[in-house]
Amino acid sequence: MRCLRRHQLPQLLRAIHDPPRRLYLRGEAGADLLEEKAVAVVGARACSPYGAQVGRMLGRELASAGLVVVSGLARGVDGEAHRGALAADGRTVAVLGCGIDRDYPAAHAWLARAIAERCLIASEYEPGVPPEPFRFPARNRIVAGLCLATIVVEARARSGALITADFALEEGREVFAVPGEITSSLSAGTNALLRLGATPLTSADDVLEALGIEPPVREAPTHPLLQLLPATADELVQATGSSAAETAAALAELEVNGLVAEADGMYRALA
Amino acid sequence: MLARAITFALVGLEPRRVEAEAFVQEAVPAFVLVGLVDRACQEAKHRVRTSLKAARLRWPGRVTVNLAPAELKKEGSGFDLPIALALLAASGQVPRERLAEHASCGELALDGRLRRVNGVLGVAEGARRAGLPRIICARDACAEAALAGVEPVGVEHLSEAVAYLCGELEAPVFARGNGQPRSVALDLADVRGQERARRALELAAAGGHNMLLGGPPGIGKTMLARRLPGILPPLGEEAALEVTRIHSVAGLVDPTHPLIERPPFRAPHHSASTAAIVGGGPRLRPGEASLAHRGVLLLDELAEFQRPTLEALRQPLEDGEILVARAAGSARFPAQFRLLGTMNLCPCGARGDPGAQCTCSPQRISSYRARLSRALLDRFDIVVTVPRPRAAELQAAAGEPSKHVRARVAAARRRLSDAPPARTDAADKVLTRAVERLRLSGRGRAKVAAVARTIAALAEAEAVEPAHVAEALTYRAPPELTA
Repeated sequence: MRCLRRHQLPQLLRAIHDPPRRLYLRGEAGADLLEEKAVAVVGARACSPYGAQVGRMLGRELASAGLVVVSGLARGVDGEAHRGALAADGRTVAVLGCGIDRDYPAAHAWLARAIAERCLIASEYEPGVPPEPFRFPARNRIVAGLCLATIVVEARARSGALITADFALEEGREVFAVPGEITSSLSAGTNALLRLGATPLTSADDVLEALGIEPPVREAPTHPLLQLLPATADELVQATGSSAAETAAALAELEVNGLVAEADGMYRALA
Repeated sequence: MLARAITFALVGLEPRRVEAEAFVQEAVPAFVLVGLVDRACQEAKHRVRTSLKAARLRWPGRVTVNLAPAELKKEGSGFDLPIALALLAASGQVPRERLAEHASCGELALDGRLRRVNGVLGVAEGARRAGLPRIICARDACAEAALAGVEPVGVEHLSEAVAYLCGELEAPVFARGNGQPRSVALDLADVRGQERARRALELAAAGGHNMLLGGPPGIGKTMLARRLPGILPPLGEEAALEVTRIHSVAGLVDPTHPLIERPPFRAPHHSASTAAIVGGGPRLRPGEASLAHRGVLLLDELAEFQRPTLEALRQPLEDGEILVARAAGSARFPAQFRLLGTMNLCPCGARGDPGAQCTCSPQRISSYRARLSRALLDRFDIVVTVPRPRAAELQAAAGEPSKHVRARVAAARRRLSDAPPARTDAADKVLTRAVERLRLSGRGRAKVAAVARTIAALAEAEAVEPAHVAEALTYRAPPELTA
């Protein structure tokens, strides 16, 4: 565990309106990781499978393009973004709203361990400080402060993720919002951001373009099943006329290759 | 005068020899019954007395009956007949030597008629092991007693038993045979669509895998689960007898065709107590897990069961038997069942249903899922999530009937037991890669390997190919259940 004093903070974070006095760090990576180009991926804790899928995909693609993915280790979108970055062998930073030595939420203890093994966990609170509601908005200013751009994946009308976006706007950083269904309460916050003028995010390349990074060339996956997703296994059986066994084998193949993911029986394309 | 009648008491499923010793004195009529007898057994005094009267037999005077060994607790009403016969022999109303060649069991009615009791099969097996060729029992218990390989002497009335022992009546001839079973298994043809769940069910049947079905309410999880017994092959001779023995003790056999030839199916309600599921209670009865021996135990709404009850199932799932230890003694009940569980994906039930929005908080969902311990989840080889089918699927043609599936399952089982297919190198590679990419635990890997073997056997393949491993991967438990 290390501690950065105010004058040692990365440049972007030092530049915000009220930078933290200290920043505690935990993890194998050096403090210079915070100086690298970073984007924040934040969103609702109670996200939909759609939000989880987009969070994971952005984490993976932005990390594999070389960006550092910053988020808050919360359930839902935050956790998915970290996981996506780790899955792509990319770099990610988790900013906590509690003491640097605590794993909160407890369900993400293993995720915190995985992040600390390769990347960094940061917090402005000394060890032992319990998580409390008022600390999370403060944490969000660090998340936004570390990053060139903030992406809000899914957010209800009055969500913590919107606070992060507000901080980013105040500091003049780029804000992206992922469009959602207008009938879904989980997208009310992001759609409101779009109405206020946030940049709509339609793919990870939108972010890379805005930051002036050449998007890596990806070969487009061509498996015929991918065109039919999202769908349940039974719907694919119906649509393709192949047996349940063949369909399952094909889906597993795609899953091992990281092209689809299953949640609650629904298969979704990740690309 | 002293005389003995032989019967057997069941400790769990195990028959123990019990001798009803009667001693008769010419004195004021009285009846003393000793030998650690319980309430129902103590009441035998009144039933025996009135039965003798109804059969116009003589009450001999002062009667002392001891059920030996006195240390063994005697329960139930099956001792009525041996007690009556012993005191009749002691008073010279039936020949003693002839009585000693027979075992007997049955409850007497006040008018002297004989009623069948639970566990006749166990008593008859005890008689066979003790070298007694014949057992006197109620007429409707004959079919069950005959399963043990002894000759049943079926009588309807106490006076008939007396006449038989005195040689005035030939033993009624008993026609062997197990009639047609009453219950008809539900057919898979009733299930439309649901290809994935059907496939999983077939695999569970073929490989003897435990299976967990998840999905929103009303999609037919229970309907599917109830059709699993119908695709299991019939029980072998040995297994059928094992199952019948347990059901006999529980009083669940059909007197006209006692032998249970189809795998049993038990579906206890989720309010069931631990003792009801694993067995026990003051009288050491088999629980639902033992009644499902060699068959299927369906726990519908798995997450609604009490956690201690579910945890108690782990030991039988591992060992295939349950050791119940109580103050009354201990008993061993076989319990090799396959476990079939169903559950919703969240407490409100809307998850997995495209037409509804789930209102559960993440905390509620994780506490709902946390009701199942990891250790229990680890026992499920196959976990399938079934989302709500669309209307079009419900109009699909009727599914494949159970008898076709059953034939495939039987063939696959033979293949698995004769020569289980081994993995090819290519399949090994797929498995190794999956372990890395999907973060499978050691046990997770073993389960995928086992299911892949079943898939290969069902496909009549020589070896486990990569496609078989790939399909098996889709039946692993989702990470949010295991994390």
